[in-house]
Amino acid sequence: MVQLRLPKNSRVTGGKHHPAPAGSGKTKTFKIYRYDPDSGQNPRWDTYDVDPTQCGPMILDILIHIKSTVDPTLTFRRSCREGICGSCAMVIDGRNALACLQGHDDCKGDKISIGPLPHMPVVKDLVPDLTLFYAQYASIEPWLHTETPEPRTEWKQSPKDREKLDGLYECILCACCSTSCPSYWWNQEKYLGPAALLHAYRWIIDSRDEATGARLDELEDPFKLYRCHTIMNCAQVCPKGLNPAKAIAEIKIMLVDRVV
Amino acid sequence: MSFRTPLSQARGLGSAKHGVGHWVSERVAAIALVPLVLWAVYSVLVLAPLDYYAAAAWVSDPLNATLTILTIAISFMHMQSGVRVIIEDYIYSHFNKAAALLLNLFVSGLAGALAVMSILKVALGGA
Repeated sequence: MVQLRLPKNSRVTGGKHHPAPAGSGKTKTFKIYRYDPDSGQNPRWDTYDVDPTQCGPMILDILIHIKSTVDPTLTFRRSCREGICGSCAMVIDGRNALACLQGHDDCKGDKISIGPLPHMPVVKDLVPDLTLFYAQYASIEPWLHTETPEPRTEWKQSPKDREKLDGLYECILCACCSTSCPSYWWNQEKYLGPAALLHAYRWIIDSRDEATGARLDELEDPFKLYRCHTIMNCAQVCPKGLNPAKAIAEIKIMLVDRVV
Repeated sequence: MSFRTPLSQARGLGSAKHGVGHWVSERVAAIALVPLVLWAVYSVLVLAPLDYYAAAAWVSDPLNATLTILTIAISFMHMQSGVRVIIEDYIYSHFNKAAALLLNLFVSGLAGALAVMSILKVALGGA
């Protein structure tokens, strides 16, 4: 059966409170998930009181501020700080988002919780293990498949066909969508998840690709594709405003087109 | 601890190369049930004031009997199909999954067949 409670060693306990230094202005409290596999202890919620005027406006600014001035052991992934690399995806205020694009002002209330992406193994603190997620992306073979001898210049594509890739190629593989999807939570070993399926569709409708049928064959599976029940969490949380559920629906329509 | 590569895990047992049939049949049944259920509501209103013999006579009309059987049969097929998806979603162990899928199929089949048989019995004058 589906596991509804976390295993004993994963249950989150209360943690340390880090008050703001004396003389700070109005503070907000950030409740952050902490887990250190080397300590052998259960994960815990640490709370940090931060005066947000002391740093930039985004959640990532808050995290960097905490790491630099309060607690250097706080661990998280980050790189571009502008929504292009997809490294800083985490659950902020109960919703998957990129810390670099999420302003703390956009979260309601003065207590904001921050945790690692849901339902993935945690490496440390806010860092999830995305190995399977990346392997699922690799499994859809995200490159051009052709048999026709390569042209002397480039594979040509009309502007109209190129437009079909809009809303798909922008995906940065941050995993916000897949880890927000209940179907992915319950069956992530068998269901490819919204991110991998959006990319699969990106190659299926690429006018230059010659393996459309083979790609559809690989997806026609009760689990790889049809675990999508159009729950739409993926489209709700995508920090790039994409709609993986629509891409999945298009794949389902193409599969019907083959038989009727 | 497994030394299988992540790609091997992601590929798993490969594609079953089926699923579209189940997906289409679920939707076709759902579409068919829209008019059938409206008709069922209407027929309940018609049947409510009738006594037993008038109701049996109503069921023995070929159109009424056929539509009643279709409503019942398609409802049970649709139910079986939907519950199957829920079982596949939430139950992982081979034994439990197989047992739940069989139970779902047999209970839906039995209930549907009994209902159809009962309608036929009344419709064909055995009441």
